[in-house]
Amino acid sequence: MIENPRADELVEAVARWIDSVRPGLPPRDAFLARVAANVLSVVKRELTLGPQAEAAATARLAGLLGHEGTLAELNAELCARLRDGAMDRDTPGLLAALKANIVEQIAIDQPNYAPEPAR
Amino acid sequence: MEDTIFSSLSRLAPQLVEGGETIEDLQRLSGGASMETWAFAVAGPGRREEMILRRRPGGPIDEDASRSVSLATEAALIVAAHGTGAPVAPLVHLAGPDDGLGEAHITRRIAGETLGRKIVTDPKFEAVRPSLARQCGAILAQIHSAKADLPLKTVDFLGELERYEAVYRQSGAERPILELAFQHLKKHAPPPVEPVLLHGDFRNGNLIVDPEKGVAAVLDWELSHYGDPAEDLSWICVNSWRFGKAELPVGGFGHYAELLDGYAAGGGAEIPLSRVLRWQALGSLKWGVMCLMMYASYATGAESSVERPMIGRRVSETEIDLVILMENGL
Repeated sequence: MIENPRADELVEAVARWIDSVRPGLPPRDAFLARVAANVLSVVKRELTLGPQAEAAATARLAGLLGHEGTLAELNAELCARLRDGAMDRDTPGLLAALKANIVEQIAIDQPNYAPEPAR
Repeated sequence: MEDTIFSSLSRLAPQLVEGGETIEDLQRLSGGASMETWAFAVAGPGRREEMILRRRPGGPIDEDASRSVSLATEAALIVAAHGTGAPVAPLVHLAGPDDGLGEAHITRRIAGETLGRKIVTDPKFEAVRPSLARQCGAILAQIHSAKADLPLKTVDFLGELERYEAVYRQSGAERPILELAFQHLKKHAPPPVEPVLLHGDFRNGNLIVDPEKGVAAVLDWELSHYGDPAEDLSWICVNSWRFGKAELPVGGFGHYAELLDGYAAGGGAEIPLSRVLRWQALGSLKWGVMCLMMYASYATGAESSVERPMIGRRVSETEIDLVILMENGL
């Protein structure tokens, strides 16, 4: 496995190049180039933060459901139990686990997003 | 296309403005494949009026099947809202079959800013910003007082929830927070009320704001329907259009109490905040499902723009807002 340049460094290089040509583009392409640069920022953050976030999310869902599994299995089971009413907002630990997972997801998707304030 | 529109408008010029002779500065502003927006001016001796043309190039839509209303209905809505005193861009002309414009209407062009981010951050709006939420409440009270008998759908909380849940199920997505929000809101739906005329898309982004007068016009009536007043009051509070100013729940510029006080002072009913918050949560949930669908339109190959898949990553913003709303005791 080649170590350098790392995947996130390659992505970063492309993002910088897009930024450098953006000012000369017609409006619609300039907009889409900005979106493309944002896409690469998401990819870069997912490369660096994703593995740990996924491991943590898996552990949280396993704790909530009381058994091990892959993230996809645990996620599907959680959705089924929420849908049939076996778990709801008042299930101990549920909101805390969902919030911890989504906080890590938003750190990848939109780190500057200002969430709804807590009351 | 531009030539056809120019010549059609030129023929209409005397009808649009008394003494109007020529069309100037015709310019396409925006719009996708289904709706076009054009700006132009009608000029004559000693006068010049700025106007906006909206047209649907594909011809009339099926109002029964679509969420959007026709431009003829939209024109009737603008007239009805105008009649209540609500600020709108007044209707100048509804195109007929002989005008050569297809399904279209023409309104006055109102000066001001529509970009939500500018409205919440530009120093130019600093003086007017603190009065906007109250003003929005008063405007909604006016719109909701309209007694128009129009071919619009009627929407209620559980019906809307069901509609979006069906779309979510169809998408095949498994998102625990969205699932929890569907089930929770089903159990905590606000009791139904007598439906009123709603704007249907009343948010920061569909308002023209003047640095001195505040809200100068309410735009985009195509999602108008009958329903719960709290639906209109809550949509402008959805965090996804506070443009980073999450601490100011009304459009990123004001507080709930100002909006609700303005609504009551304008003749609207007293509406409890808890009712607005439930509709606001449904609003976040709807936007989350819409983002999933925009991703789906990319995943199935129906749309290829880089914009679509990226919007799919905005689902998580609605999820974090929904979790916090539920933590706050929704």
